Amino acid sequence: MVGAKQSRLAQLAIHLFFIGLSVVFIVPLWLIVAISLSDEADLVVHGYKLIPMTWDLTAYLYIFDSPMTIVNAYKVTMIISFVGTLLSVLMTSMCAYALSRADFKYKRFITFYLFFTMLFSGGLVPYYMLMTRYLHLQDTYAALIIPLLGPIFYIFLMRTFFQQLPESLVESAKIDGAGELRIYFTLIFPLSKPVFATVGLLQLLAYWNSWDSALLFINKHELYPLQYLLQVMIRNIQEILANMQNSMAITDLAQVGKLPTESMRMAMCVLAIGPMLFVFPFFQKYFAKGLTVGAVKG
Amino acid sequence: MTRSRLWKDFYKNRFLLALTMPMVFYAFVISYLPMFGSIVAFKRYQYNKGILGSDWIGFENFRFLVESPDLRRIVRNTLGYNSIFIISGLVASVTVALLMYELTSRRLLKLYQSVMFFPHFLSWVVVAYMAYALLNPRSGMLNQWLTALGWEGPVDWYNHAMSWIGIIPTANLWKQIGMSAIIYYAALVGIDSTYYEAARIDGANKLQIVWRISVPFLFPLMTILTILAIGHIFSADFGLFYQLPMGSPTLFSTTDVIDTYIFRALINLGNVGMSSAAGLLKSVLGFVLVVGTNAIVRKYNSENSLF
Repeated sequence: MVGAKQSRLAQLAIHLFFIGLSVVFIVPLWLIVAISLSDEADLVVHGYKLIPMTWDLTAYLYIFDSPMTIVNAYKVTMIISFVGTLLSVLMTSMCAYALSRADFKYKRFITFYLFFTMLFSGGLVPYYMLMTRYLHLQDTYAALIIPLLGPIFYIFLMRTFFQQLPESLVESAKIDGAGELRIYFTLIFPLSKPVFATVGLLQLLAYWNSWDSALLFINKHELYPLQYLLQVMIRNIQEILANMQNSMAITDLAQVGKLPTESMRMAMCVLAIGPMLFVFPFFQKYFAKGLTVGAVKG
Repeated sequence: MTRSRLWKDFYKNRFLLALTMPMVFYAFVISYLPMFGSIVAFKRYQYNKGILGSDWIGFENFRFLVESPDLRRIVRNTLGYNSIFIISGLVASVTVALLMYELTSRRLLKLYQSVMFFPHFLSWVVVAYMAYALLNPRSGMLNQWLTALGWEGPVDWYNHAMSWIGIIPTANLWKQIGMSAIIYYAALVGIDSTYYEAARIDGANKLQIVWRISVPFLFPLMTILTILAIGHIFSADFGLFYQLPMGSPTLFSTTDVIDTYIFRALINLGNVGMSSAAGLLKSVLGFVLVVGTNAIVRKYNSENSLF
């Protein structure tokens, strides 16, 4: 009896620990939402509050009054995410499939050739010069897509998966007269949906969250992806507001310094992360899987 | 090896080879060309002459780098923070995983795991917004809380370098612990339950079971993840160090790391020599460390080595 009571107490203590921890995780996120829903005057006078003193939707109304900036950033992010993920899954899986085949003559050489790029890199300077001076990719969609296109690690992850498919499948398809490309597209692809889902989601997240390529290569406002727009906004909100000035109401308010900059900034952040926070948790198990599959040798 | 033999191999493998070609070409352009381009670190780069046309100056750029006070600062910060990350991450994620394992309610366990996992989906830009909401000197939460606790006057966090020694590791832990705790938790679930039953029959208490069974079982994983992390100790998480301090120059003494320095030297200062020298130094040290630590892991447990 004593043991049972003790363990119930222990359970309670552990739950309290995790509830406390959960609060630490949720408060920063909630704070962003709360600020975005606050009255600007309250924020200026009283500072941020976890529960807005006056609930107020002005920040969102202003953003939707001239939504071009955020709509455009969403467009850019969606284009690079979908095109980038599609191309990168196609490219890495084709390569991974060839490397998974025991009878592929150049397997060892190509594996080493690719693996070496994970060990040694030329560094930022030559890479930056290649992209800007030799490939002339500044202010193009390509500059946002190409840098994340070929994650070598995922090639090895996929190769390990393909190696587990029964060899007899490929053999019998070959006897039936199917070519290698056909085997890959009609046989391997449908059988490997789990690994395609894992790598696809990991890549989708990487593109969705990317801002470093924009930081290096993008100057044009029309090509700002969502995350980079956020970064520019928190450091220099005036720049973004100047860009929004096709709306008269905003121009007038900006001139008298009455624009709800604090709450607008946070509202922008909420609009940027909102959809993602709804979608990605459903795929949590794929992300955990992607990280635990480790070895790349073979 | 005759020519016809080479040709026959090539002919037989031509379709599989074709499947690898997009990736091989991509790696050549994006990774191998910059590797050759890193010779720029040994040149006096002039824009109009390009990388190949600029004059060789030997180790001049490296000499400038070594003599500048910046090098000590960025190496100290990079190694210091990464060491803190490794130790705090290890202790915290193993502790959290052990506590998760004790929970009897599956539903609440899933809930806690999800709550701790979501920062993994956020970019450092968004985390910087959260940090700003807490640290904004005028309206931020942290100063309000400190005032409520009787602290004197608001702290100007974005100009207070010393406090970032605590802020940076906290932010890092906040973002990464959900993922790393799940890895350790998965390892705990894999332990054969008969060990626990035997220990209980022998009259071991909870703490003894954790200390004598769970922790020793996690030990190989702890060792390997730590050694692999040491292999990457020269590369700082650019997003964390670039986004959170928001480029505040007064914070450089405690937030400037190798990666942010390379970026700033190239983009803001246009100092190609310093930037490329620091970049090449980092690549070479990183290469040596990764290969070295991998050799150690392979000796220890070849199944967990990276290559």
